[in-house]
Amino acid sequence: MNFKRMWAMFTARNHEFFRDKAAFGWNFAFPFLIIVGLGFIYGGEDQQQFKIGIFPADIQVNASESTVPPFFQEGKFLQFINFASQEEGAEKLKHHKIDLLLDVRSPQHRYWMNESSPQSAVVEQIFLASFLKDRQNVAEKKSIEGVQIRHIDWLFPGILAMNMMFSALWGVGYVVVRYRKNGALKRLKATPLTPLEYLSAQMFSRIFLIMFTIVVVWIGTNFIFHFQVHGSYGALALVFLLGSLSMSSIGLVLAARGTSEEFTSGVLNFISMPMMFLSEVWFSIEGAPAWVQSLAKVFPLTHLLTAARKIMNDGATLVDVQSECIILVITTLLCLTLASKLFSWNE
Amino acid sequence: MEHDPEFPAIRILHIAALEPMNNIIDVIHLSKTYGDNQAVKDVSFSVSEGICFGLLGPNGAGKSTTMEMVEDIISPSSGQILYQGQPRRASFREEIGIQFQHTSLLSFLSVEETLLSFHKLYKNPEDIDALTERCDLGPILKRRNDQLSGGQLQRLMLALALVNKPRLVFLDEPSTGLDPQSRRNLWEIVRSIKADGKTIIMTTHSMEEAETLCDEVAIMDMGNIITWDTPARLIQTHCRKSSILLPESAFKSNLTAIPFPWKRRDDTIVMEIGQVNEGLSTLLGLDIDLSEMAVHSSNLEDVFLCLTGKGLRD
Repeated sequence: MNFKRMWAMFTARNHEFFRDKAAFGWNFAFPFLIIVGLGFIYGGEDQQQFKIGIFPADIQVNASESTVPPFFQEGKFLQFINFASQEEGAEKLKHHKIDLLLDVRSPQHRYWMNESSPQSAVVEQIFLASFLKDRQNVAEKKSIEGVQIRHIDWLFPGILAMNMMFSALWGVGYVVVRYRKNGALKRLKATPLTPLEYLSAQMFSRIFLIMFTIVVVWIGTNFIFHFQVHGSYGALALVFLLGSLSMSSIGLVLAARGTSEEFTSGVLNFISMPMMFLSEVWFSIEGAPAWVQSLAKVFPLTHLLTAARKIMNDGATLVDVQSECIILVITTLLCLTLASKLFSWNE
Repeated sequence: MEHDPEFPAIRILHIAALEPMNNIIDVIHLSKTYGDNQAVKDVSFSVSEGICFGLLGPNGAGKSTTMEMVEDIISPSSGQILYQGQPRRASFREEIGIQFQHTSLLSFLSVEETLLSFHKLYKNPEDIDALTERCDLGPILKRRNDQLSGGQLQRLMLALALVNKPRLVFLDEPSTGLDPQSRRNLWEIVRSIKADGKTIIMTTHSMEEAETLCDEVAIMDMGNIITWDTPARLIQTHCRKSSILLPESAFKSNLTAIPFPWKRRDDTIVMEIGQVNEGLSTLLGLDIDLSEMAVHSSNLEDVFLCLTGKGLRD
């Protein structure tokens, strides 16, 4: 292993990335826009989960002539939308645009629901429960102890990790295949540079760029959302570093062979899409079928996110997340070994 | 001449004459097959140190495939390649420089950064200033790779091939796509490399380039080396004929008087003769106006035509 040669490739790749203004800008703009956008959508106090259509249009849900129970009118996470007629509202309900439809003048409290919609069934239960007279004594209410975790604090590590995943897979896997296709790798093959030196330089360059992006995006968005980190920043940085190592090493495996950008693009999507949806970037898979949860554990993104959220949201230490860290290290070593075995400069 | 694709009668294999210890490269029974297509067929040749050796042939002849096997870029299906009489070792890459026909560089790097990047890959690199001067890169050092003209890019590629002070330089179609001025500039650089005592192996489909730069030429067609020698001896051996060209009007409609084999090319009569002096004497004796005469001596393209029955550009 010659570090001078590695350094030459590392700096060349960094120059390439920082000078590609479009790619460079998008790398920061994408996570920043996602975080800010979703932060405002899901982070506010008036966040709405269910949509209830009401008619006629000229009567508001809290008007004096409304027959809607006051508990339902004031229900949290409910948004009321006026429609001119029952037909108009029913059309929206049929297409899952709203979750329940109410006739606000009806003494019989007439309502319509969509039998095929889970949200509709939930809102129906909320609506029916709002007619209970002695609501306070039906069940005993307890609040979660300790500091409340805001949705944005739960979501933020997921968006950072997702951006890291795309950056690592595409920035390494796709780019190296493009270099192979246009002959840039063939030119390097004619030099004393070894595959391990080249692949390591590519990986470290990408990790440097990913960590740089995370720091910039974190500082930028923190001015808006004031993220709550209950654990150590150092531990969090280490977990993200291990995560970027494992993601980049997967990218290197994909980059090891092939000259078709189209094929590589398909494989990258095949890997990144399930990883994004099953690794709890956007939503929890708690309660999903056991095989889905088992499959999710195959992905390093799952372990990265579990560790990051434990540190950020629960104040966990590195010792608490050691199993996740070990899995990320093992993934990295396995993929690096595989990539260096499979690698070809020109095939 | 009827074309025989296998050239059994004229294939020249100097295996017995190979003297590995005196040669920088020995190629012995080299073949390369891609599926059903045999791109290179049992090729053998050797290259002496300090010469410019050319592989000449039309597109698809197998020149680049042969070259890339010698460069250790692709593996041969069979055969052996020796460097200084030994199988190539890891140090081979430290001692060779390659200019590929089809390759690419990082678009957003400048010429200077590209040179420095490659400079760091070698143990004993060339001085960057000397390289810049030799390849005339001074005015474009700060320019990005994707903003270079074809000639400038070729000069940069040549500089990269020389960055490690190579003992052996491979040039794959170095002047393809260049305008005449850029081509001549490139040839000057190649001559200076040769003057430094470095060995050059190059491929080309330009007979002019081969005649100008190469000390020895192997002519390839359809995966075979059909002959191999100095350009002068190839012409002497395979195509000694010269041609005298005269406008048809010079014969005053008396074409039957032409004492040589001839053919009409537009309004020009092309006569094939053995010796120019004898031909001229004969024509002067016939009282033919020679004021618009042109003489064409055989070149490597004619050699290729004589050997294969087709032109280099067919």
